[in-house]
This record gives sequence, structure tokens and C-alpha cells, in this order.
Amino acid sequence: MNLLGKLSWNVIPFDQPIPLLASALMVFAILLILLWITVRGHWPYLWREWLTSVDHKRIGVMYCVLGLVMLLRGFTDAIMMRSQQALAAGGAQGYLPPEHYDQIFSAHGVIMIFFMAMPMMIGLMNFAVPLQLGVRDVAFPTLNSVSLWLTASGVLLTNLSLFIGEFAKTGWMNYPPLSELQYSPGVGPDYYLWALQISGIGTLMTGINFVTTILKIRAPGMRYMRMPVFCWTALATNLLIVAAFPVLTAAFAMLLLDRYLGFHFFTVDGQGNMMMYVNLFWVWGHPEVYILVLPAFGIFSEVVATFSGKPLFGYRSMVAATMAICILSFLVWLHHFFTMGAGANVNAVFGIMSMIIAVPTGVKIFNWLFTMYAGRVRFQVPILWSIGFMVTFAIGGMTGVLLAVPPADFVLHNSLFLIAHFHNVIIGGVFFGAMAGYNYWFPKAFGFRLNERWGAGAFWCWFVGFYLAFMPLYVLGLMGMTRRMQHYDNLSWQPWLMVAAFGALVILAGIVCQIVQLIVSIRDRDALRDTTGDPWNGRTLEWSTASPPPPWNYAVLPRVEGVDAFWIQKRRARLGQPASVGPPGYEPIEMPKNSPTGFIIAFFAVVTGFALIWHIWWMAIIGAIGAFVTLLFFAFRETEEIEIPAAEVARADRAYQTGAAG
Amino acid sequence: MRPGLRDGGRAFALIAVASLGGCSQGVLDPQGPVASAQRLILLDSLGIMLAIVVPTILATLGVAFWFRASNTRTIYWPEWRYSGRLEMIVWSIPAMTVMLLGSLCWVASHDLDPGRPLASSPKPLPIQVVSLDWKWLFIYPEQGIAGVNTLTVPVGTPLSFALTSSGVMNSFFVPQLGSQIYTMGKMTTRLYLQADNPGVFQGRSFNFSGDGFSDMHFLVHAVTPDEFAAWAAKTKGAGPALDPQSYAELEKPSQAVPPFTFGSVSPGLFTTIAGGTMPPLAAPQRHEHQ
Repeated sequence: MNLLGKLSWNVIPFDQPIPLLASALMVFAILLILLWITVRGHWPYLWREWLTSVDHKRIGVMYCVLGLVMLLRGFTDAIMMRSQQALAAGGAQGYLPPEHYDQIFSAHGVIMIFFMAMPMMIGLMNFAVPLQLGVRDVAFPTLNSVSLWLTASGVLLTNLSLFIGEFAKTGWMNYPPLSELQYSPGVGPDYYLWALQISGIGTLMTGINFVTTILKIRAPGMRYMRMPVFCWTALATNLLIVAAFPVLTAAFAMLLLDRYLGFHFFTVDGQGNMMMYVNLFWVWGHPEVYILVLPAFGIFSEVVATFSGKPLFGYRSMVAATMAICILSFLVWLHHFFTMGAGANVNAVFGIMSMIIAVPTGVKIFNWLFTMYAGRVRFQVPILWSIGFMVTFAIGGMTGVLLAVPPADFVLHNSLFLIAHFHNVIIGGVFFGAMAGYNYWFPKAFGFRLNERWGAGAFWCWFVGFYLAFMPLYVLGLMGMTRRMQHYDNLSWQPWLMVAAFGALVILAGIVCQIVQLIVSIRDRDALRDTTGDPWNGRTLEWSTASPPPPWNYAVLPRVEGVDAFWIQKRRARLGQPASVGPPGYEPIEMPKNSPTGFIIAFFAVVTGFALIWHIWWMAIIGAIGAFVTLLFFAFRETEEIEIPAAEVARADRAYQTGAAG
Repeated sequence: MRPGLRDGGRAFALIAVASLGGCSQGVLDPQGPVASAQRLILLDSLGIMLAIVVPTILATLGVAFWFRASNTRTIYWPEWRYSGRLEMIVWSIPAMTVMLLGSLCWVASHDLDPGRPLASSPKPLPIQVVSLDWKWLFIYPEQGIAGVNTLTVPVGTPLSFALTSSGVMNSFFVPQLGSQIYTMGKMTTRLYLQADNPGVFQGRSFNFSGDGFSDMHFLVHAVTPDEFAAWAAKTKGAGPALDPQSYAELEKPSQAVPPFTFGSVSPGLFTTIAGGTMPPLAAPQRHEHQ
């Protein structure tokens, strides 16, 4: 019996310089960071304050860091794809052979959706939702930490595939029968499946956690119709997560059974039916689009209102539109495979349903417009991203409705027109939203604002770069170019692909601006310091506490009297009316105790995942037992909470009050 | 107009024409009734939506700019948050657009269903399509001939395609003729197309199917019915025979296969490959060509 399963020295890509160099660089960078942490003696701090933290704000920050790092990885893939296609015209083969190029576009999709966009959005929700609800933490703080670290496990496994073995060569949807053992005997699809199964469990737990938090834990007086719109969108998103992710898990589980135990769910032979995978994948996949974009809509709602100095126009409409999207997003999935031959009635019904979902989305755009109307719009970085979004998303939404017309989809499906469309909504919607949120909440998280000039530079590079990179793809789609081509012989496509590659370089400049923005802001943090806790003249509760907030968020839980709770408090103070809450009577606060459970479970999850990918059965059993025992230890823990003495709460609160007044 | 400007204008027009020319061989340069109807739907839908989207974009930019904080000449309503009349308009504009588009969608989906026979007088020419790793096999059951990575069709005749795959899913698509459709193992999908004008059109797989995917393209030669008959007669009996043995050989993965033809085809080969089952979602279809 082979103790190491399928693992051997042959799986290290010594003969392929690009992945070898990339992974060597990555390993080198990680070692350098670890060395720096060790030399500076930061380990105890890191372990105590971050790795074992169950504070929703810290977890949110770590999610965002994960997302931003994975943005770099995903973007590296993107720029390789763009340069390959700019070169490989006519007889030329470019510099990436198919077996490598295929892994790159598969990894790009997986990383950008699951490990960039999802962590960014979940991170921002983690950070802002409990603050906006006026509470001290989420419903299940340790579970939250487990979610984060399981997501990180998925990230680690995906990135390991660069160095040990290979990643899937099947596209980010991993459609069978191509992903079945018969056509993909390598470990690529196994990396894909186990990484996403593990991180998917984390995401599902986030969903459960946030639905519970929003439904059950709110500040006194925070009725449903007083919640900030971001909390509403977070509720909708997490309901979608709870409903949709199990479907993905089930579909992946069936594919795993096919690959590992010789089942025939989706195989060509043995009465398998791959159409069912496609069906299940998109039953998850279309809600996933809204899982990503709804929180972004929430962020834009907050940002547009705040920077226009006005309440959000049509709050009830916005809530209705959000919940309508939440439900409708489950009724449109078939538009991802109109070309499977389902018949006219089925196609027409799903086409019309897909158009109907554009109605609440259109309402949102108009409501943001009327929020700016008769306002005083301050053009700071968060609203630049928001206005950029409104313009870009209108175009992306339009091409989306175009693709929802089945006969139009028959000629545009799987073409670069489709690629342009979904990048138009995911970059223009989700990513712009993440960046608006990042710039908006950064001062709350760290106590200093981000540099405006570099921030604006980043926005303009991204905005222009996006149009340069993706408008040519619309044209190419109409010219009949399909996605995922390693080379092509139609020379009339090449000029457009060169423009697109140039656009990717402009986006790179945007990413450089963002990195510089962060460095410059940290350097100038004293000048950018926010002592008031309210740097933007905000409207919602998170701005009514210190920046960064104390671990317990609020010394005394706020009392909510309407939408825009903090705005009401400020108006009351301005008019000299007495505050609704008397002078604070500080009391000791119970906070959840830090726990290494999440980190340790995730460690065992990586061990299990890796062992299963490489068929090292003994190691998989050890990993699974390890994770379970960790869970038992957590379940039988003796102390769950620590008490913050009233005096400490009072001291922190007085320091903030003094800073805010000064 | 000054000469410089006129030259500039001419250069612009030339670039515009050139880029439109660049769109030829694409879906905006249809060569058959299906593709023409689809282009019309594409442009109609786009037009309807542009009528809403362009004003919205301009209004967004205009409102954001006019109500900038530094503009002292504007109104400021710091508590304005609701207007029933505006809400009504806000919901009804997209709703009415979608009603219009939705009706178009319903009618067009039925008119242009890929499996719906074309309303055209000549008898349809049956063609059986098999996607293999990584090439296309086209079988003419009535002529008893077949081609690999080359498809010759008569103009003005409806083409009745029955499609399957040897394994991995692909998508059969000739942009200038319209409608693509997936090819799936052990299943048959149906597609009707027609070429109106003689010419050579690009066709390719539109669904990623593995390492050799990029070379999985073919040329469609649309010729007059007489030329087609002459081509079929010339091909018949010439070149290798397509039987279960040569099919097993052909089925092995290969990349960038140069086009060639088979002079004879074993009857019932396509049915064997397709396994005889139909996709459960598809409307009931008769096996009329076997």
C-alpha cells in the first residue's frame, strides 16, 4: 500500500517554468512575511488578537485582507489570459500551452468569485452589520471564526494546486462529463471540489449566523423598517446563502461520488445525466450572483445617502426591491443554458422571469438618482465608485436583459459578449461596491481615513481600464469569438484583444494606486486620523461610536427612533433637544472569549482536503478526527465569556467622548 | 468645411466602415433566415433598452454634477425622502419596458426555437452532427457521405440537424447562420438552419471541451443545390469509409485535424453513437432520418 496515495515528486511542475516560478515567488513572499513576524516577535499578538479573535470587526477585516490578496492572484491570472490572447493569433501559440492556459482561466473564475468577491462582501457585512444594528456581536461569534478559517482553507488548497499537482482544466463551472474521471483523470477537479466544499461549509455557516443575527439581535427600537438598507441587503444575501449553498454542496458531492466511488450521476455512460449538474450548479449559481451584488447595492445605498447629505430616497421601495430580488433570483437559473434545447415554452418563461428581475434593479438605480437629487454631493472616493457603478451597471444590466431574450442568447451564449456582460456587472457592481465599502468603512475600522488622491486615482484607472478591457469583448462576441480560446486564427480579432490587454494594464495601474494608497495612508495616519468617529457626517449607528470601535462596540446600546438613527441623534443634539438616552450608566459587559477553535478546525480541514485530493486515506481519517475532537473541546469549554469591568468601559467611552468633542 | 476637418471626417467614416467590416463573419452579418431574425431581435431589444438606459446614465451624471456640494445655486432638501408620484414612475418605467420586451421574448422564443422546422418549401436536408475530441463529424444520411471539420450545404434549403457528442459537451455554432445548440453524449438535440447566400462561413465549438478546443472549428461551404449535388456525387465512393472501425479510430482524441470526407457511411451509425435517448426536457421528436 502506498502511504502517500497519488503523491510523488512527479507532481511538482519542475518542467513548467511559469507555475514553478509563480509558486516559488509566492512561497518566498509568505516565508518572508513569516520571518518578519517571527523576528519582530509579533506571533503572540497575532495569535491573541487576530487568529483566535471572535470579534466580528476583526473577522471582517481578515476576510477583506483575504479577498484583497486573492484579488492580486486572480488578477495575475487575468493579465496572463489577456496577454496570451493578444499574442496567440494566426499560427502563433502565445506563451501558454493549452494545459496551462486552461488551468489559468479556471482558477481565475474560481478565485475571483469564491475567494475575492465572496470574502470581500462577507468581510464588509461582518464588519458593518452588527455595528449598524447597534449590537455587540453576531449571534454565534466562534462559528463566525470557523467560517473565516474554513474559507481560508479553501484558499490555501486552491493555491497549493499551483505547486503540487494541477488545478482544474474545466472552467470555473467544472461541468461534467469533462470533469469526470474519464476525461480529467488528474487531481485538478479534486482540488476544485474539495476546496469549494470546505469553503462552502464556511459560507453556509456565515449565512446561518447572519440570518440569526439580523432577525434576532438588534438594538432597542431597531425595528425591521428602521434597519439600514445595508442590513436589509445583508439579510437577503444570507437568506440566499442558506437556501442556495446546500444545492452546490449536493451537486459537488454527487460529482465527488462519481469521481471517487464510481457512481454515475453525471457520467456519459451508466445512464448518467450531466444536464442535472448544469441545472443544480445554476440553481446555486444565479442566486450567487445576487449574493454578491445585493450587499454591494446596500453599500451604494449607504454611500449615496451619506455623501449627498440626504436620506435614501424611497426606503420602503428599496427594501421591497431587495426582497423581490431575493425571491426572483431563484426563478431565473435556466437562462444560463437556453442552448441546451429545453423547448420554447421553458425558454420563454425563464427569459421573461430574467427580465422581471431587472425591474427592482432598475428601481434601485432610479432611487439612488433621486437620493442625489436636491442633495449636496461631496465627491469623495466612496461616491466616485458609486457613480461609476451606476453608469457601468446600467450598461451591464442592459446587456444582461439582452442575453435574457432566448433567440438573442442563441447567438451570444458563451461568446465574449457574455464574458463582457458578467464582468460588466461583477466588476461594475460587486467590485466597485467592495471598493466603495472599503474606502467608506476603512476609517471606522482603523481610525484613519484613506488617502483621497490615490483613491481617486485608483478609481479612474479601474473605471477607464474596465471600459478599455471589456468593451472590445462585446464587439468580439458579436464577431463570433468564443470564450476560453488558447489561440485563434481569425486575425481581425487581434486588434480588439490588444485593446483589451491594454485595458488590463490600466486596471493594473489602478491596483498599484490602491496599494500605494494603503501605504501612503498608513504613513500619514496621524494626519488622516479620525478622532470623531464620524468622518463622513454619517447617518447610521456605526458612526456613533469610536473609530476603531472598542471590542464591545457600544458602551451603552443605542436606542433607535427611526431610519438613519445616528442622523436623528445628531439633529436632536443640534436643535438642543435632550438626548433620548440619559447620561450613560456604565455596566460591565459580557463578551465572547477568544477561541482557537476556528483556526485549528481549519488546519485539520486542510489536512483532510489535501489527503482526499491525493487519496492518502490514513491522513484524511486523522484530519477528520482532529477536526471533530477540536469541536468537542469547544463544545465542552468551561468559560464562554469574559467580563469587561464597568470602569474599563467608562474609561474607553470617556476617551472617545473627549476626542469627539475636541 | 476646412480640408483638414473633411479629411478627418473621411478618416472617421473609413474607420467606422472598417470596424463594421470587422463585424462581418459575425452575428451582425447574417446569411440565413434564422440569423437575420436573431439580428433583428438583438437590435430591437437593444434599441428599446437604450431608450431608457442612455437617459438614465445622462441623468445620473447630470444630477450628480449639478447637485455637487460646491454649487451654491441649487436647492437642498436635507429631509426629502419620499414622493409617491415619483415612486410610481420609478416602478412603472422598468415594468413597462419589461412588459414590452417580455412580449417580444415570448413570441421570438417560439418563432425561433432551434428545434422548430423552418417554414420553407424545399424538403429539409438532414445532417447528423457528432462532436468528438476535438473535431466535428458531419454525416449526410441521405447521401451516405460524411465530412470531418468541413460542412457543405445547399443554399435555400432548410438544414435539419440532429446533434450528439461522443462524450464531452460542445456547442455547435455557425454565427452567420444563427442559433447554437449544445451537443451532449448519449443525447440528441435538434436544430434547423438555412443559408440564403453562397459563401464560406466560420463554424466552431462554443463550449469549452478540453485541451484541443481552440482548434475545434470548421468551414461551412454554402453552394447552389446543383453544386451540392455535384459535390455529393463526387464525394460518394471517394476516400475512406465511415464504419464502426474507422469511427473508433476517429473517436480517439486528436487536435487540429485537417478537413476530409468519407465516401460511405454505415447506416445507423449516428443512432448507435447517440444511444437512442432524447433529452428529457426537449419536446417529443421523431427519429425521422434513421
